Amino acid sequence: MTGSGTVTGADRIRLSVRDLRVELADGSADVVAEVSFDVAAGHTLGIVGESGSGKTTVAHALLGHCRRGLKLASGSVVVNGTDLLAAAPEELRRHRGRMVAFVPQDPGKALNPVMRIRRQLAESVAGLDNGRARIPAILADVGLDARPEILDAYPHQLSGGQQQRVCLAMAFAPRPDLIVLDEPTTGLDVTTQRRVLDTVKRLSESYGVASVYVSHDLAVVAEVADRVAVMYAGRVVELGAAADVLAAPSHPYTRGLLLAAPRPNEATAMEGIPGYPPRAGQRPPGCSFRPRCPIAVDRCRDTPPPEFVRPDHLVRCFRAADESVRAVAGPLREQAPGPAGPAALQASQISARYGRRQVLHDVSFEVRQGECLAIVGESGSGKTTLARCVSGLVADWTGSVRFDGAELARNVRGRDRSVLQKIQYVYQNPYASLNPRKTVRQILAGPVEHFSGKRGAAVTAVVSQALESVALSPQLLRRFPAELSGGERQRVAIARALAVEPSVLICDEITSALDVSVQAAIIRLLHDLQLLRDLTLVFITHNLALLPSIAHSVVVLQHGRVVESGDVHAILSAPAMPYTRSLIANAPRLDPPGHENPPQSWTADLRETTK
Amino acid sequence: MTGAGSAAGARALGALTRAGGADRGGIAAITRQALRTKRGAIGLALVLAVVLFAVVGPFVAPYSPDALVTVPLSGPSGHAWLGGDFLGRDVWSRLLAGGGALLLLAVLATLLGVGAGTAIGVTAGLVQGKTDSVLMRLVDVGLAFPQIVFALLLVSVAGARPWLVVVAVGVSHTPQVARVTRAATLDVAEQDFVKVAESNGVRRWRIIVFEIVPNLVSVLMVELGLRLTFSITLIAGLTFIGFGLRPPAPNWGVMINENRIGLTLNPWGVLAPIAMIAILTIGMNLFTDAFASAAIGVDRAGDLMLEAAPFAAEAAP
Repeated sequence: MTGSGTVTGADRIRLSVRDLRVELADGSADVVAEVSFDVAAGHTLGIVGESGSGKTTVAHALLGHCRRGLKLASGSVVVNGTDLLAAAPEELRRHRGRMVAFVPQDPGKALNPVMRIRRQLAESVAGLDNGRARIPAILADVGLDARPEILDAYPHQLSGGQQQRVCLAMAFAPRPDLIVLDEPTTGLDVTTQRRVLDTVKRLSESYGVASVYVSHDLAVVAEVADRVAVMYAGRVVELGAAADVLAAPSHPYTRGLLLAAPRPNEATAMEGIPGYPPRAGQRPPGCSFRPRCPIAVDRCRDTPPPEFVRPDHLVRCFRAADESVRAVAGPLREQAPGPAGPAALQASQISARYGRRQVLHDVSFEVRQGECLAIVGESGSGKTTLARCVSGLVADWTGSVRFDGAELARNVRGRDRSVLQKIQYVYQNPYASLNPRKTVRQILAGPVEHFSGKRGAAVTAVVSQALESVALSPQLLRRFPAELSGGERQRVAIARALAVEPSVLICDEITSALDVSVQAAIIRLLHDLQLLRDLTLVFITHNLALLPSIAHSVVVLQHGRVVESGDVHAILSAPAMPYTRSLIANAPRLDPPGHENPPQSWTADLRETTK
Repeated sequence: MTGAGSAAGARALGALTRAGGADRGGIAAITRQALRTKRGAIGLALVLAVVLFAVVGPFVAPYSPDALVTVPLSGPSGHAWLGGDFLGRDVWSRLLAGGGALLLLAVLATLLGVGAGTAIGVTAGLVQGKTDSVLMRLVDVGLAFPQIVFALLLVSVAGARPWLVVVAVGVSHTPQVARVTRAATLDVAEQDFVKVAESNGVRRWRIIVFEIVPNLVSVLMVELGLRLTFSITLIAGLTFIGFGLRPPAPNWGVMINENRIGLTLNPWGVLAPIAMIAILTIGMNLFTDAFASAAIGVDRAGDLMLEAAPFAAEAAP
């Protein structure tokens, strides 16, 4: 890898984008505009942004494609001398796959479910010199053996990581000039993610492919990219060498993202960025970021900021040169030691099976009143099943769950109303946990009426109060979930749980569907609520980096067994078990310059988790 | 004529639903969206026109539907616009008077069929297990009969009374509706908001009524529209064969039957009632079609925000 990540000779530039502009189909507003960048052979550009920033639109435009309802309005996307935006449809089709390749977010959907891997790979090498003979080689490139178990498998028989490697193999097989990767590791667990990232980086460098890696996750981009473009409201607001952008971010939005990102090794008070990104057509005049910007000045109100270019570092902000506003380190937070009271919730020897497969083996844990226990594990570790057993939504399990010393019935139908009220749940996906046909008031009022028997004005008072406690305006009461952003929806879901005054709150991956800036705000909210209400929290997550900011103690699950448990700081700083060590080592982090790779011995003994 | 009328009607209805204050996600929003499309607006206008015709008709008819006013099977003339029927009664007057009863029976039969079918389908889809199997096998038995045969069977066993026509037609709809709603329920029942209600110990019937059924509106709306048109044709068909509504009461189905002997002399006696049924059916189908796409569109509008949102896709094991 070249040290600085800057583009050296112009002859090596493989992708050159100039003034790309994508509009709504009726031309009423731009979705993405003034996007220009170059990527050299063997280099990786990371495009980072939150939902609605336009990063996926740019990724599609690089293939000469746009979503229905949008149109490629102007600009050029030149790959190795050919302008894809000017190409005829027939020519474009020929280039796709050969000259430009695409690796999608969800490999499970990208592979044809009724075709064996062998045939799908054969399709990707069709037309190449001795295509089929190259299959073992292209599989070896992505770290898969050309064994019959892989080649003769259907996609669903492979693990998520293996599927994504097959997609990578297919993309790299024809040695394209450009590869566009759209969040290819979202949904993969950290160990697999690490391997995929390494593979992408290694292949791009060794085959001289220019790659564009789109992600919402700064830490992931920091791992893989030489240069980073930060997008906001359809514009590139900062562009530069990865190390530069991460170490000395010059745009307030980039700084906001960095402050919002959790860090596995320190308990920072993660700071959310207030507000939400404006949608296409609703962007304010002047700087789009102004309404959320802590350092905005009058000028930002009506003049769109021009690009400020330092040597090889572009920033779209009037105050980019102002050194005085550049603090990046979030304030460290003292996490109070966990409370020492009696156990509020105690699970012992929980075993559960799903059909024939045993998914939990004698799992035990306990949480004290006012404590936050994190349950950590990769996908398939059984953490969600554990939550469902505790909640009584799954009835086919053995072991016992005690709440305030009393044993709970196995099934939710056998439990007392008062117990149900005291243990509340917040689900992973706020897009599925709110009934789309109900207003926020109806959603919140349901459980309150159910448990208290109150009606009318008394309920409205409770409901408004619950909304306020999650920092939402009571004006939202009349809205439907479709009118709320993801962060607002998750706050409503939390408010629904809090409205019935529980003592235990079980949170199942509640931030995994949210942007980092929103995630930070939700974690902060949860932390404050916990202190304020003496809540007992069970926080289920795959994201180790969140632990220091919220949890007191942790249980690490692997394949349905408890691998390690104890105090968060003790475990994060000195993990005893190899599995925990690998989880920590593989978690992408934001400080790659100078960070040493984990000792090989930590990861060497770990096989990739397969189904 | 219909174009201008329907646009005005759509505007009026749009204003009405807007005043209701419901927003995206609500049924009113879906209706509003449906009425913005040409299909939806024209469809609803056609339906309303036929309903208006049937409701107001009896009061504005120039003659009594039973009065003999002209030469049997005579063509249209100044005092009998659509000519006379096989007994010399005024076709236009009978057309005006003959829609109300048919529509009323069809609406009742549809509500009964869709209501019962939904109850069975949603219960089977939510409860699953043995209940599901038993209910669905019964439904399969019901499905084995063609609808018209099923209705005929009931009516011929118990005699032709209006309420029995309603029951027969309603029951013949039930199995189909149950199938469709069960499939839709399976999707909704997997959603987390249903789990939230379950984990709070909310009773099952409340979950069905307050959590699941509101999410079936688009399916139910399509079923209602479809079943209503089926009901009308079924009842008209039963009447045509001689079951259901009996002459001499004026009725579009009876009219088709009575006047077909004079098809060549005065085709209006047959064509006019057929046209009314056709307009109603087409209008209903257009509207429900628009409603179904609008429901998808409204739901998608929310999903658009989700599109870019990353997921840690932990599949529930």
